[in-house]
Amino acid sequence: MAESSSQKIPVTVLTGYLGAGKTTLLNRILSENHGKKYAVIVNEFGEIGIDNDLIIGADEEVFEMNNGCVCCTVRGDLVRILDGLMKRKGKFDAIIVETTGLADPAPVAQTFFVDEDVQKNARLDAVVTVADAKWLSDRLKDAPEAKNQIAFADVIVLNKTDLVSKPELAEVEARIRGINPYAKLHRTERCKVALSDVLERGAFDLDRILDIEPDFLEPGDDHDHDHDHDHHHDHEHGHSHGGLKHYHDEEMQSLALRTDKPLDATKFMPWLQNLVASEGQKILRSKGILAFSDDDDRYVFQGVHMMLEGDHQRKWKDGEPRESRLIFIGRELPEQTIRDGFESCITS
Amino acid sequence: MSAFEPGGEPASIASVTDRVRPVAIGAPVTAIYFLGERAAFVGAEESVALVDAQGDGQGAISRVTVHDGGILCTASDGARIVMGGDDGKLAALDAKGEVTLLAQDAKRRWIDNVALHHDGAVAWSAGKTAFVRGGRGEDKTFDMPSTVGGLAFAPKGLRVAVAHYNGVTLWFPNMAANPEFLEWAGSHLSVVFSPDNKFLVTAMHEPALHGWRLADNRHMRMSGYPGRVRSMSWSAGGKFLATSGADAVILWPFASKDGPMGKEPAMLAPLQARVSVVACHPKQDVLAAGYSDGTILMVRLEDGAEILVRRNGTAAVAALAWNAKGTLLAFAAEDGDAGLLTL
Repeated sequence: MAESSSQKIPVTVLTGYLGAGKTTLLNRILSENHGKKYAVIVNEFGEIGIDNDLIIGADEEVFEMNNGCVCCTVRGDLVRILDGLMKRKGKFDAIIVETTGLADPAPVAQTFFVDEDVQKNARLDAVVTVADAKWLSDRLKDAPEAKNQIAFADVIVLNKTDLVSKPELAEVEARIRGINPYAKLHRTERCKVALSDVLERGAFDLDRILDIEPDFLEPGDDHDHDHDHDHHHDHEHGHSHGGLKHYHDEEMQSLALRTDKPLDATKFMPWLQNLVASEGQKILRSKGILAFSDDDDRYVFQGVHMMLEGDHQRKWKDGEPRESRLIFIGRELPEQTIRDGFESCITS
Repeated sequence: MSAFEPGGEPASIASVTDRVRPVAIGAPVTAIYFLGERAAFVGAEESVALVDAQGDGQGAISRVTVHDGGILCTASDGARIVMGGDDGKLAALDAKGEVTLLAQDAKRRWIDNVALHHDGAVAWSAGKTAFVRGGRGEDKTFDMPSTVGGLAFAPKGLRVAVAHYNGVTLWFPNMAANPEFLEWAGSHLSVVFSPDNKFLVTAMHEPALHGWRLADNRHMRMSGYPGRVRSMSWSAGGKFLATSGADAVILWPFASKDGPMGKEPAMLAPLQARVSVVACHPKQDVLAAGYSDGTILMVRLEDGAEILVRRNGTAAVAALAWNAKGTLLAFAAEDGDAGLLTL
């Protein structure tokens, strides 16, 4: 029954706050000469000019699963549309879901975790967030949706960089990194980005959770001597290290855990499950590569809010450091509790 | 689930596989209906293949194009099939192969659901809007709070059940009365009335059915399925509701006034594969069940006795249909490999 992921249709989710350039990126993807056919699921159907054969209007209907978990929400319309699209299998190679500017990406992603039929036919490839270089910093202060979209992203297309100065660009990048240091970030004008940077990313492919290192900005690119003197009333603070500014967003953060001591699977698994059960509303994304004691296989997992999936991935290679690494991106994460809990899972 | 041994059926099972007339549709099939003596295999896209049921097997398959795109929903009253497509069209096909365009959505929205009443009325939906066209042709519309998941006509009177998120709306298109709302949290998809008009059952997005006794709106939870229920069929006389979604046919008892309340369902014809389609015989207490591994069995409801119609080892069974007399069974797998069995 299990179909390999390569037979499943990849689905790219395109998010971004109003006016950031989602439609520009979508049209760029569709118009480029790649020989591929896309089915496009859009909101605000008919109001934007998109030239594509297969274009479907969605209603962004979110409903709660009947499992007593308030953050287990799925996009019912997406289930229905993907089901209908599967009747036309072979007529398209990939699907792009464009969300509204105010949408939370979590229900879209969770649809791929919980719906059996969706899982059988399609796979979530990546969440791509288009951000407006000029206005994102403001939106991060006043629009929780914008912050969610940055926190959730696998790929961030930082657009309209031609409308800002270099210090302004460094500022907005630092703010993005303060929330999500792991997404691949691309600076663009008019969403000019290589399609390979936004499509076929495999960001939700367990086999490709190799790269959970922060996507650091290339040093030297922007040598920043700017001093940040404004005092943000929303308790953000910036400081500079070697020319690069670092921000810590008080509300949304990422947390990285690492140990080179083996973990005790019988302690770690219950701990992780309890953690996402109790703090899942705060945890937007989680990923990890784990080394368990008495286990020669790497174990990988990923999660969205309370939903987790994980599997043994492959044997640890000779000479490969058996190191466990986890990341959490979320809102008001209880850092010390998570760190202490993680420490207690190390094999004594 | 992936492990099976082709030809590994127990030797004792009765088989009628040699009496099946193969029909090569050659394209994915999603539904089958009998229109008189012709079997209509509805494709996933564009066309319907009409096959003369009594032919010698060499008879031509005539293919009729109905939609410009995917065919999303179908219903039949035995005289015609009404279909909705992703081209925004609602069209009817009769036994002669003639296509009539019934409606076209102005915004080219997908026609997601369709239902037929035995008096000729047709109901359909696009997004949140449900439509009904009575025998005299005037359309009535009703906007639901969320996207319509399923439609069904009550066996008596002009009453339409519209399934959506968090419940079912019972709509009386010809009456000024407010529609009745049956509430139950979750996403409700296909919906059916019991033939005696006493019960309403929905298949939910989660692997469960939900039912209401219409006299007092009492709830019936029918859960425990490993997978979503995509196929429901009432037995002759409406004593049982047979369903897919498990590795056996799940048969809920509806003969008493309490329906399945407080009762366990019967589990018939268990295999190492998921039941994908069920179709009850129109006259006798027998059903046909199709499985995810391609197996098709005929099963007697009384004692669960099985007869093999089709062996495993192929694509999942996508559709099954009996003719009105119950003398013919048509089937198709997801890949378009189909057949007709004369009893």
